[in-house]
Amino acid sequence: MRLRISPGASRFTDRVAELSGENLRACYQCGECSSGCPLASEMDLLPSTIIRLVQLGQEEVLDSKTIWVCSSCLTCAVRCPQQIDVAKVMEALRQLNLRKNIDRIRIEEIPLDERRRLPQIAMISSFRKQTA
Amino acid sequence: MKSKSSRASAERPRKSKEAKGDHRVGVFVCECGGNISDVVDVKKVVNEARSWKGVAMARATTYLCSKPSIEQMKDWIRRVKLDRVVLACCTPNMHRKKFERSFKEAGLNSALMEIVNAREQGSWVHPDDPEGATQKTIDLVRGAVEKAKRSTPLEPMELEVERSVLVVGGGIAGITAALRLAESGRKVYLVESKSSIGGHMIQYPKVFPTLDCSQCILTPKMGDVADSQNIELLTLAKVKSASGVPGNFNVTVSLKARGVDPEKCVSCGACSQECPVSVPNDFNEYMDERKAVYIPFPQAVPSAYAIDFDNCTKCGNCVEACARKAIDLEEKPRERELTVGAIILATGFQLYDITQLGQYRYGKHPNIITSLQMERMLDITGPTKSSVVRLSDGKEARNVCYVLCAGSRDVSKGLPYCSRICCLYAIKQAMLLHKAGIDVWIHYIDMRTPGRRYEEFYKTARDEGINFVKGKVAEVVPASDQITVVAEDVTVNRLIENTFDLVVLCPPICPSRDSTKLAENMKVPLDENRFVLESHPKLDPLATKREGIFACGMAMGPKDIQSTVAEAEGAAMKAVNFLGEKREIEPANAFLGAPQNCNGCGECVQICPVEAIQVSQGKARINEIVCNGCGACIPACPTHALDLQGLTEEQLTAQIRAVLEGSRAETKIVAFMGKGTVYTAADIAGVNRLPYPSSVRTIPVPSTSRLSLEHILQCFAHGADGVMLLEPPEQEGSFGKAHTMAGERKEEYVSKLEDYGVDSIRLWFSNVYVPDWRKLVGAFNSFHSMIEGMGPINSETRQELVNKLEKRNRG
Amino acid sequence: MKNAFFPGCSLKTPARGFEETAISCARVLDLELIEIPRWNCCGTVYSLTTDDLMHHLAPIRNLIRAQKMAASGAVDDQRLVTLCSMCYNTLKRSSFLVKENPDKLKVINDFMDEEESYSAKVEVVHFLQLMREIGFRQLESKVKKPLRNLRVSPYYGCMLLRPRELAIDDPEDPKVLEDLLAALGAHVVDNPLKVRCCGSYLTANRKQTVADLAHDILTHAVSEGADALAVSCPLCAFNLDARQAEVKNLHPSFEFVPIFYFTQLMALAFGLNPEQFGFDTHTVDPRKLLKEKGLLDGE
Repeated sequence: MRLRISPGASRFTDRVAELSGENLRACYQCGECSSGCPLASEMDLLPSTIIRLVQLGQEEVLDSKTIWVCSSCLTCAVRCPQQIDVAKVMEALRQLNLRKNIDRIRIEEIPLDERRRLPQIAMISSFRKQTA
Repeated sequence: MKSKSSRASAERPRKSKEAKGDHRVGVFVCECGGNISDVVDVKKVVNEARSWKGVAMARATTYLCSKPSIEQMKDWIRRVKLDRVVLACCTPNMHRKKFERSFKEAGLNSALMEIVNAREQGSWVHPDDPEGATQKTIDLVRGAVEKAKRSTPLEPMELEVERSVLVVGGGIAGITAALRLAESGRKVYLVESKSSIGGHMIQYPKVFPTLDCSQCILTPKMGDVADSQNIELLTLAKVKSASGVPGNFNVTVSLKARGVDPEKCVSCGACSQECPVSVPNDFNEYMDERKAVYIPFPQAVPSAYAIDFDNCTKCGNCVEACARKAIDLEEKPRERELTVGAIILATGFQLYDITQLGQYRYGKHPNIITSLQMERMLDITGPTKSSVVRLSDGKEARNVCYVLCAGSRDVSKGLPYCSRICCLYAIKQAMLLHKAGIDVWIHYIDMRTPGRRYEEFYKTARDEGINFVKGKVAEVVPASDQITVVAEDVTVNRLIENTFDLVVLCPPICPSRDSTKLAENMKVPLDENRFVLESHPKLDPLATKREGIFACGMAMGPKDIQSTVAEAEGAAMKAVNFLGEKREIEPANAFLGAPQNCNGCGECVQICPVEAIQVSQGKARINEIVCNGCGACIPACPTHALDLQGLTEEQLTAQIRAVLEGSRAETKIVAFMGKGTVYTAADIAGVNRLPYPSSVRTIPVPSTSRLSLEHILQCFAHGADGVMLLEPPEQEGSFGKAHTMAGERKEEYVSKLEDYGVDSIRLWFSNVYVPDWRKLVGAFNSFHSMIEGMGPINSETRQELVNKLEKRNRG
Repeated sequence: MKNAFFPGCSLKTPARGFEETAISCARVLDLELIEIPRWNCCGTVYSLTTDDLMHHLAPIRNLIRAQKMAASGAVDDQRLVTLCSMCYNTLKRSSFLVKENPDKLKVINDFMDEEESYSAKVEVVHFLQLMREIGFRQLESKVKKPLRNLRVSPYYGCMLLRPRELAIDDPEDPKVLEDLLAALGAHVVDNPLKVRCCGSYLTANRKQTVADLAHDILTHAVSEGADALAVSCPLCAFNLDARQAEVKNLHPSFEFVPIFYFTQLMALAFGLNPEQFGFDTHTVDPRKLLKEKGLLDGE
C-alpha cells in the first residue's frame, strides 16, 4: 500500500513540530527509541515509525494505538542521538486528537472496585493525559 | 630572558618615508564567478573607488585568482605604476600568499597590498541584503585604501632552521612519518609514551578488508625504525613542553625510568618469572594480568623488558634472576632538551570510556566487552589464545552481538561525529568469528563501507551469513550468563529479541588524552571534538593552525590504516618542505616608532606575552624573532613610543575613519577580530552561509590587545553605533596572555565610555574560538538587534566626542 | 535546618507512611520539613505541548506559596522539598519553563492576579538530593538498627531521572538510592530494570500492561537476589505493589515481593516506631519479611 505525499503533507509535519517544539526532521531512523521503549510490544506502530510517518506528513498516525500506550516515561527522549524528545511528539499527536473534544478515557469505563483501589495520583494523571 | 639563537643573515632594510597623498592605488574587485557579484554590486564598488583620492585605477574581474587575472594585474602594476594594491575578494587565508608572490614579481612589496574579505565575510553572509553588502564592501575597501596609503615596504628576516623533526607518537602514523623523514636524510626524534612502539595496530590480529595479519605487516616497519640511523627512538617518553619559534622549537621530553638497559636485555623473560607482582594487563585490554617487569608483546621495539615502577615493590627478585645484569631498580626518570625544526603530531586515539553510557552496562557483566577486547580475544597471542569464550564462565561463545554506534553520531552525548572505522572492523571481527562457527548479529544505524574494496567486503560478509540488523540497540539486559538484546529492525518496523553469549560494544573513537593535553601545551588549536584542527579542511589537511607543527592519523580524526599511512607520508613531506634551507620571519613586529618618547619605564616588558622586550641603555629593545606581533605593548606604552609594523597607529586610525566616514549604511558596527582564531571562525560561518546583518564591519587586528580606548572612541566618533572586541580564550589562540588583555581592559573602557557620553552597552566583548562560529553569528545578530533598537548615537554626542579626541591629541 | 515541603495528594492518603517516615527521619537528621500552606494538587503529569499554559497554573501556584514562605523567614532558603517523584517532576519542569520563558511567566502571573507574582527563584529539590547533601556518612551515624540481611533493590522509575535537565543522578545508572540503602546497612542488589517505567498512569485503563511491566521489573530484581524493592513514588508503589495481584493472575508461579518506600527503611534503621510506617496500607505486607530478617519484633 503506497503512502501518498499530498501537496499539503508538510503542513502536518510542521504542525506536529510546532506543537511539540521538536525538530523531528533531524530523525535518521536509527530505531533507538523503539529499542528502549518499555511499551513498544503493546504498540501497533513503533515510535521510530511514528516519527518517520510524521516526517512524511501521514495523518494516519493520529489513529494509532501507539500514542495512547505511551506512558511518557521519556526513555526515548533521554536516548535519542538527535536529541528529539519523542515523548513530546507523542503528546502533540494525542493533543491533536483530544482537542477535537473527544475523551480517550471515561470514568464509567473504570469498574467501581478499581476506582476504589486506584490512588488519586493515578486518576489525576491518566485523566490529564487522556481527556480533552 | 633567554637569548634566542639569532642567525639572521641580513640587515633589515631601512623603511622609506613616502608622502600620503602621492600614491597610485589599484583597486581590484573579484566577482568570484558570481559568488561575490550575485550579492555585491561590484560595478558600484569599482565606480566609488575610482572617485577616491589616490586611486589610480579600479577594476572588477570574474576571478582575481586566475592566472590571466594575476598576469593582468601585474601588468597594470608595472604600466600604470601602481604602488599600492587593494583587493576585494575571498578570505585572505585562501590566496594571500599567492597574490603576494605574484605582485612581488612585478616589484610590489607584500606589505603594500591589502585584502578585503568580500566573500566569506561579505556576499556569503548577507545574501538577502545586496544593498547593505555592497555598502559594506565599499566602506571596507575605502578603509583598506587609506590603510594601504600609509603602509611602508617590509622585508622578512631570514633565519636558518634546525633540520631535525620531532614525531610524537609511535603508532602506524608516527612510524610511517619517521621512516619517510629518515629516508629523506632528516634526523628524527620519535617519542612514544609506552615501552614499545606499535600503537593500537599491533593489538589487532587482522586488518580489513584483506584480513592480512596485522602484526606481520607492522613488525618489519618497527624493525626498520629500530635499525634506522636517522631515527632516535625515545620510549616511555612524553613531550612536556615546546617553546620557541617554527624552525627552532625547544622541546622538553620527560622520560620515565625503564629500569632495564635495552642494550643488555635479551628478552629471556627470567625476570618476569620471578616477579611477585601482577597487575591488570593494559595491552590485553585488562582481560588478564602481567607482571611488574614485563614486555608488552614479544615483537616489542625496543626489544627489551621494562619495569612498571608504579607497581614495582623493589623486591629485587628480577635483579637476581637477570643473567645479563641489565636491571637497575634505582634508575631515575629524567628530562631531555631537544631543538627541532618541525613537529609532527601522531598521537593516535583511545576508545571513549563506555562506562559513561550506563545503558550498555559495560562493567556490570563480564560478557559485555569492547571491540578492542574482542581484538585481543581473537589473537592467538591474546589472553584466551584466540578462543572466543564467555568471560563469565569460560564456555565457548555460540553467538555474538555487535552494538555499533554505541555513542557515536549522538548529538545528545556530545559525540556527533561518525567514528568511521567501526562498521568495517565489526565486519572484520565477524568474519573471523564466523569462520570459528559463531553466529554473529551486527546492529547498525547505517552501514558505512566506502573506501577501497570495503563495499565488496560487506557483500562477502552478507554472503557468508553474517546477520545485519538496521536498528540501533538502546540497552542490553543481563540474563544470568547471557545478555538479552532487544532492538527494532526499522526495515520491517518490528522489535527483534535475541539472547547472546557475548555483546561487543563499538564505542566512539576519541583523541588520546595525552594528545589533547599536548596540543593545549603547544597551543595547537583543537576542533570541537578535541581532534587536532587542520589548517584547511580541503586544501591543507595535514598542517595544524601553528606554523611548523603538522599532524596525521587518528589525532586528526577517526580513520582507517590506509588513510593514516597516506597522511603520515604527506605530513613527512610537509615537514621536509617546511624545513627547506632557510626560514623567513614575518616582519609584522612591534618597533619603537618614536624612540625619543621612550623613557625606559618597562611597561611594555611586563605586558609582552612572549617576553620579547628588554630595556637596555634606557630604551626598549624588541627581539624581532621572538615578537609575535600581537600588538599588546603598543597601548601599554604611556608615552606612545611603540608602534606596530603592518598596522601602525597612523594606518589603524586612518582605516577606522575611512571605514566609517562617508558610509551610507544606517547602522554601523565595527568588529575588531583577532586575525587567527576569530577570523577563521567568521570565515567558517561564511562557508556555512550563516547570515548576519551587514552592519557588522570587520577590522582585522593581530589581537584586540593592540587596541586602546582611543581607537574605540574613534570608532564612535566617526560613525560607529557599536563596537565589538572578539578574542579567543587564552588557551585557544597563539598569543597567550595577550588574549586576555582586551577582556581585562574592557572593564576600564566601560567606565570611561560613560564619561564620554556613550552608553557602555555599545561596547561588546566576546570570547570566540574556531568551533564557536555559530555563537559568533549569534553574537552579531544579538548585538545588531540591540544597537538597532537603541538607535544611532546622536550627532551632538558624536561631535562632542570628536572635539574631545582632538583636544586629547593636541594636549 | 528548615525547609519548605510540598506533600502532594497521595502522601496524605494512600502513601501516608511515606510522608510520616520522611518527616520523622528528617527530624533525626536535624532537618525540619514545614508543609507550605494552602497547597494544591501539583497538576501531574507535566503537559508536554509548547502552547499550553493552563496546565502550568497549578504547579506555579504551589511555587508561589513556597516563595511566600521563604520571604516570611519561616524557612532557611528558597527551596521546595518534594517526596513524591511525580510532584518533583511536575513542579521542577514548570519552574524551569517559566524561568526560561519570561514571556510565559508574565502571562501566568497576569492571569493569576489574585496571587503575588512568581519571580522564578524557587528551586525544587527532591528529598534524596537533601540526603545526598547531608551526606551518607551522617546518615550512617544515625543508624541504630542496621538493615542486615535485608537484600533490597532500589527502583527509581522515571520521574526523578528524566528529562536530563532535572535528573537527580545519571538517568541510565543512578547511584543515590544505592548509596542511601548501603548507609542503612542493607545489602544492595542491582536491578538492570531499575530505571524502567512501571507504566505510570496506564494503570487506570491498561492494568494488564502495567502488570507485564511490573512482572519484568520485579522478576529481574528477584533473580539478582533481592528480597524487596525500595521506591520513591506513590504511583510506582501502587503499580509494583497493588498490581501484584494482576501479575499473579498472569503468572501463577510468581511470588509476591514486598515494596518499601525508602523512607520507611530509613525509619526502620533509625529505630523509629514501626506503628507509624503505614505498613498496613501495603498490598503485599512487608512485615513478614522484616520479621524473618529479624528487623521487626513480634509474632
